[in-house]
Amino acid sequence: MSRIATDMPPLAEFALRMGDTCLILGHRNSEWCGHSPALEEDIALANTALDLIGQTQLWLALAAEAEGRGRTADDFAFLRDVSGFRNLLLVEQPNGDFGRTVMRQFLFDAWHLPMLKALTQSSEVRVAEIAEKASKEAAYHLERSGDLVIRLGDGTRESHDRMQVALDFLWPYTGEMFFGDAVDDELVRAGIAPAPESLKPAWEAHVGSILAEATLKAPERSYAQKGGKRGVHSEHLGYILAEMQFLQRAYPGAKW
Amino acid sequence: MSSEWPLWEVFIRGQHGLNHRHVGSLHAPDAEMAIHNARDVYTRRNEGVSIWVVRSSDVVASAPSEKGPLFDPANSKVYRHPTFFDVPDEVGHM
Repeated sequence: MSRIATDMPPLAEFALRMGDTCLILGHRNSEWCGHSPALEEDIALANTALDLIGQTQLWLALAAEAEGRGRTADDFAFLRDVSGFRNLLLVEQPNGDFGRTVMRQFLFDAWHLPMLKALTQSSEVRVAEIAEKASKEAAYHLERSGDLVIRLGDGTRESHDRMQVALDFLWPYTGEMFFGDAVDDELVRAGIAPAPESLKPAWEAHVGSILAEATLKAPERSYAQKGGKRGVHSEHLGYILAEMQFLQRAYPGAKW
Repeated sequence: MSSEWPLWEVFIRGQHGLNHRHVGSLHAPDAEMAIHNARDVYTRRNEGVSIWVVRSSDVVASAPSEKGPLFDPANSKVYRHPTFFDVPDEVGHM
């Protein structure tokens, strides 16, 4: 499936994929604000959400610039419909319980950090600069989410079972991170981004060691849900956009 | 849930401060997570360069009822303050 549902330059398409993934995960995490099981976790999740929204601004601004049609980062965030979004399916999955949110963050962070580290070597200097800044934040996110996965997985009977359920639920959405399409091929050729599959060994090694310490077991099945990168999403994204975009849709151009 | 987690006292060494200062307390399941939580709760505005955490239950405090015997004897002992020396002009500001 390497059909490209876009006529954007590959760099713009890539920046949208990174930016949309950060935006949707940031929004999902922000849903916990005021609802986390402990005040300390509430603040930590909000910090993570803010880091991701900050990275979103950089990526979507780059997408706007690379597209060159006068759109802005805000236009991308607030005025596109579901099929225009390029985020990974993993990050749009509902928060579920706190354990699932932590597990989703960990599975994402374990991909995000090696991806950003590879991007610091990008031939495109604007990509390398964003990656340099974002990788410091991602390194902390990964440390924190990994520590939480270990503590909850190897915690009480109930926390262990909840983490295992979360892992089983999210696992089919992890494969998409490592599938390349025609856009990825062009990005690799131009030295802008690494081949998605090249990130898999590091991800598997890190996830494997954390899960082992957490006494959790990754599912055997290898079927992967995919489509997010070309705008084919699960039913959940529409609800996220309805909430996120309501103000700009109801009151176009509203500022504060 | 947080009531099941032990309380930790947090000390931060600031950008310009030499000493770690007590900044508050928080809950965490263990020392490592306490450091993480302290980072997220107390250093989000770039306040710190180093964090200490210590279990609140490990802090030994003086008893308020002992206040008199402990501290009153230090009253009116001005000779314990080094204010009776003439500082030479060359020393400048101290």
